[in-house]
Amino acid sequence: MTGVPLSWYLILSALLFALGVAGFLFRRNIITVFMSIELMLNAVNLSFVAFSYQLKQVNGHIFTFFVMVVAAAEAAVGLAIILTVFKNRETLNVDEVNSLKN
Amino acid sequence: MNLLTLVLFAPLAGFLAVLLLPGGNPALIRRVTLSLSLAIFAASLGLAFGAPQAVDQPWIPSLHIRFHVQLDGLSLWLVLLSTFLTPIAVLVSWKHIDRRVKEYYAFLLLLEFGLAGVFVSMDLFLFYVFWEVSLVPMYFLMAILYLYTKAATFDYTELMQMLASGRLSLNPAEQLWLFLAFFFAFAIKVPLFPLHTWLPDAHVEAPTAGSVMLASVMLKMGTYGIVRFCLPMFPDAARRCADWIVALAIIGIVYGALVSMVQPNMKKLVAYSSVSHLGFVVLGTFSFTQAGLDGAVYQMLNHGISTGALFVLVGFLYERRHSLEIKDYGGVSTPAPWLSTVFLITTLASIGLPTLNNFVGEYLVLQGAAQANFRWAVFAALGVILSACYMLWMYQRAFYGETPETVRSHMHDLSGREWAAILPLLVMMVWMGVAAQTFLPRVSESTSVILKQTTVNVRFQVQAPGLRGRGLGEVANAR
Amino acid sequence: MQHLWLIPVLPLLGFLLNGLFGRRLAKGAVTAIALGSVLLSFAWVVKTLVGLGALETAYIERYFTWFQSGDLRVGADLSVDRLTAVMLLVVTGVGSLIHIYAVGYMTHEGGYYRFFAYLNLFMFFMLVLVLGANFLLLFVGWEGVGLCSYLLIGFYFLKKSATDAGKKAFIVNRIGDFGFSLAMLLIVITFGSLDFGAVFPAAASKPESTLTLIGLLLLLGACGKSAQAPLYVWLPDAMEGPTPVSALIHAATMVTAGVYMVARSSAIYLHAHAAQEMVAYIGLGTAVFAATIGLAQNDIKKVFAYSTVSQLGYMFLGLGAGAFSAGIFHLVTHAFFKALLFLGAGSVIHALEGEQDLRHMGGLRTRIPVTFWTLACAWVAIAGIPPFAGFHSKDAILLAAHHHAPWMYWVGVLTAAMTAFYVSRAMFLAFFGEPRGHHHPHESPPVMTAPLAVLALLSLAGGFLDVPKFLEPLFPLSEGAHDFALVAISVVAGLAGIGLAALFYVVKPGLADAVANALGGLYTLVYNKYFVDELYDAAVVRPVETGSREALWKGVDAGLIDGAANGVASIARATGGLLRLIQSGNIRSYATWVVFGSILVLVAIGLVGGGAR
Repeated sequence: MTGVPLSWYLILSALLFALGVAGFLFRRNIITVFMSIELMLNAVNLSFVAFSYQLKQVNGHIFTFFVMVVAAAEAAVGLAIILTVFKNRETLNVDEVNSLKN
Repeated sequence: MNLLTLVLFAPLAGFLAVLLLPGGNPALIRRVTLSLSLAIFAASLGLAFGAPQAVDQPWIPSLHIRFHVQLDGLSLWLVLLSTFLTPIAVLVSWKHIDRRVKEYYAFLLLLEFGLAGVFVSMDLFLFYVFWEVSLVPMYFLMAILYLYTKAATFDYTELMQMLASGRLSLNPAEQLWLFLAFFFAFAIKVPLFPLHTWLPDAHVEAPTAGSVMLASVMLKMGTYGIVRFCLPMFPDAARRCADWIVALAIIGIVYGALVSMVQPNMKKLVAYSSVSHLGFVVLGTFSFTQAGLDGAVYQMLNHGISTGALFVLVGFLYERRHSLEIKDYGGVSTPAPWLSTVFLITTLASIGLPTLNNFVGEYLVLQGAAQANFRWAVFAALGVILSACYMLWMYQRAFYGETPETVRSHMHDLSGREWAAILPLLVMMVWMGVAAQTFLPRVSESTSVILKQTTVNVRFQVQAPGLRGRGLGEVANAR
Repeated sequence: MQHLWLIPVLPLLGFLLNGLFGRRLAKGAVTAIALGSVLLSFAWVVKTLVGLGALETAYIERYFTWFQSGDLRVGADLSVDRLTAVMLLVVTGVGSLIHIYAVGYMTHEGGYYRFFAYLNLFMFFMLVLVLGANFLLLFVGWEGVGLCSYLLIGFYFLKKSATDAGKKAFIVNRIGDFGFSLAMLLIVITFGSLDFGAVFPAAASKPESTLTLIGLLLLLGACGKSAQAPLYVWLPDAMEGPTPVSALIHAATMVTAGVYMVARSSAIYLHAHAAQEMVAYIGLGTAVFAATIGLAQNDIKKVFAYSTVSQLGYMFLGLGAGAFSAGIFHLVTHAFFKALLFLGAGSVIHALEGEQDLRHMGGLRTRIPVTFWTLACAWVAIAGIPPFAGFHSKDAILLAAHHHAPWMYWVGVLTAAMTAFYVSRAMFLAFFGEPRGHHHPHESPPVMTAPLAVLALLSLAGGFLDVPKFLEPLFPLSEGAHDFALVAISVVAGLAGIGLAALFYVVKPGLADAVANALGGLYTLVYNKYFVDELYDAAVVRPVETGSREALWKGVDAGLIDGAANGVASIARATGGLLRLIQSGNIRSYATWVVFGSILVLVAIGLVGGGAR
């Protein structure tokens, strides 16, 4: 196999995933949290595609498309929820959205 | 698609149909639900006349779960009881329910679907699915799964064949634990003393129709389950536990009656009387006699009719006076003579007056109990004395005497809609009391089979230790 | 086919018509339906009996199977034999007379149609009781008449004492029915059937211990229905009902059902010596006990009620002494004179506009002469003066008792004297002396006095109906010879009772009070009916009620069972409270747990070496 070795893709994917996790854990703005989730999903997509290319199998592609569709749907629903939360609460801070808990 | 599946799934279709109706028109919803439930009842009547029906097809093939429904003398009348009472439940909640009407009536039909399903399921998994409608006892699920690991099937008929032929054998310990797991699930539902304390509270909270369906049909799921599954599948364990269970049943009969006597609340009084009446059902079941089993099954139907009617009537009173406390009534006879007469007839049915329905069932249960052990009958018959005490005392306090102004101003006699709800129940009380042979032969047919199954299996169990080394299957083949 | 079913069904039709439509019908129509159905039923009884002829064996008609389970089949079968024939004639005959009387008595009362509907329903059940060809059908009638008794005692349902009395009657009867039900269960176990035709012929071959138990249990049932000790307490209270009801149900017919049932089961009692002996003891004990209470009552209906209890005791004494036909004979004559006594009392009460207290009566002899003279016929009949009705049947019983055990005869004679005394006392207080009330008595209308006259005739001459002879195929005549001395003693006892009453209440009116004062505590005891009601109340009713409320409902149900259930729940809640601490509600803390978890899994896979190779 010529060109970029598989490990590079995987390292990039792992870095992106770790960034996503960190963002998810440490940011308070819901939008940022949401983007972090997207980042994680795409990190996984990257490793799927890389493996698929490496193993010459189409399964990885199919999973990627599947994840993208789900992510798109999730984005739509998620953003709608965020919008409603903002309308009702006028805040995007996750720590303040805790009425189910109390 | 045969009639049985039609009757079974029509309430589900009705549930969906009612959900699709516009919510802003309660009158339409009531009328649609009433006509649907009446049509279903009419269709279900056909089941009593046609040939026995069954449907058996794969449902989840990979797990050998089958959609197996079947009617016999045990389930037939209970299904009819459910379809008979649903229109009555619709009628009694006509005025009473004025919020979330659509959901209420839709769920009434869903309940009918679940109840009918419970009574016709011949697949344990399917039975569990229908049972789920009401209550989720975990250990019951575990028992079913354990049985499945041994038999690789959920199908009742198949299980019975395997047990009869000895291809499936359970050692005494296994039988006992499985029996207890099944039995507790059912006993809570019955409810058997001392698992009964949920019942009075549930009745007080429930609307009239809820009480009617709960008392009349849902409690029968427990007793039905015992007769259908506990007895024939684990006969040895059932017989071994019979003494204890009968003791609880008899305590329930006397205890329920005594506690009923001192209730200040009508619904609680009727609820505790149910504990007493269902004690009779359990007693008859565990007498392991033909008369006892017939009586138990007949008593399930009787209790459905007469206690259902009592709750309907208490509901009528509540609609007028908005109280369930007996002390808030008195002298109802004067302003509402027909209501009082109907209430009296129902009371008399409930205390087992001959020519009304409960008598036949109670007599057969006592006869069966006496054949098994005369002392059981002696104690159980005490309940018959006590039932007269609590019902007549309540009747006297609520209906006789001078009429206070608070009662007179609220009370009026039965309306046309109320007559429509209560008259069929009255007719059934007299019919079942006088012409018991309309129902009993079909019941006997099924109970005699169950009775035979309990004895056949016991014979195998008794022989098993002496023939160690040979599989029970071989024993069966050697015959 | 004689269409026996018509006999009970005719009154049932009357009940249905009057019960459903009576409120809208004219009073005349209600009367016509109620009377017509009973009279037709009586006519049908006569026609049937004529058609059946000598009736040497039982005539049975089978209609349909009521219910069947296994080998046990209970059919709706009616049968007629000579015993049934006697009962049928008494029930429909006396019943018809009382219906006619009630038309006059109830005419100004509210709920006229309701009264006759109940009365017709009673006739239906009573006829089922005597016609039933098996124990369970007998039980149907048995419970049914109990129900009608409940409804009619509580007829004036605005009065709490009336509804209390009705409830008490029903519940006490239920205690008796408890015994009856158990007896039936035992009969099925022993004989495999409830049909009279199958049970009685087989009785001889069954063990005596079982038969004794059956006999005792049946006796418990009979004690409830026929108001024998210790279950007699409901009958005096039952006088709360309208007087025709007291006459029909609580004197002439329903209360004799127990006597009928024991006589019907004679085959069992003949082979259960101890049980039969018990019947005699209970009967004799009740006869004396109730008669003493009757001596001191001031309510005219209460006097007759205790008299009924006492006379029923006589019948049981006859049955227990083996003279079943004498018991039934007394049942018949008692139906005549006791119905007459009650109807006459009703006429007195009617004349005095509701006054029932003997102390407020007096001097009525000339004011309401028809009532007086008809009542006088009942008086001589119950006092055992020859040759009137009571004399014949009472002597048949006393002779049988003497044959059985002489001391029973002497106790019976004592009771006869007391009976004569208290009835005479009531008669003297009501009809002789000076008027003590401030009423303006008026004679009852002919519709009431005509039945009185017929019953008076029967009370005078009824003794010449030779019932024992008629019943001979069923019950062999007891062999006790007609001893003239024994007869004379009992007659003298009766006359002595009358004489003593005359002395106390006519000749020297102050004497009764003086004697009562002299007896002091004993008089108080009798006057208060030996405090039996109070005893039952304190020993049974209150403990059961309080125990149920405090111990069972509040103790066991709310405390123990719910307590245990709540205990389990609170353990679960405590556990949940601990686990709740890790549920911070902060999304990011959850996410941190997820990350830690994943890292843990990865480390674990790394250590173990992973799954995929």
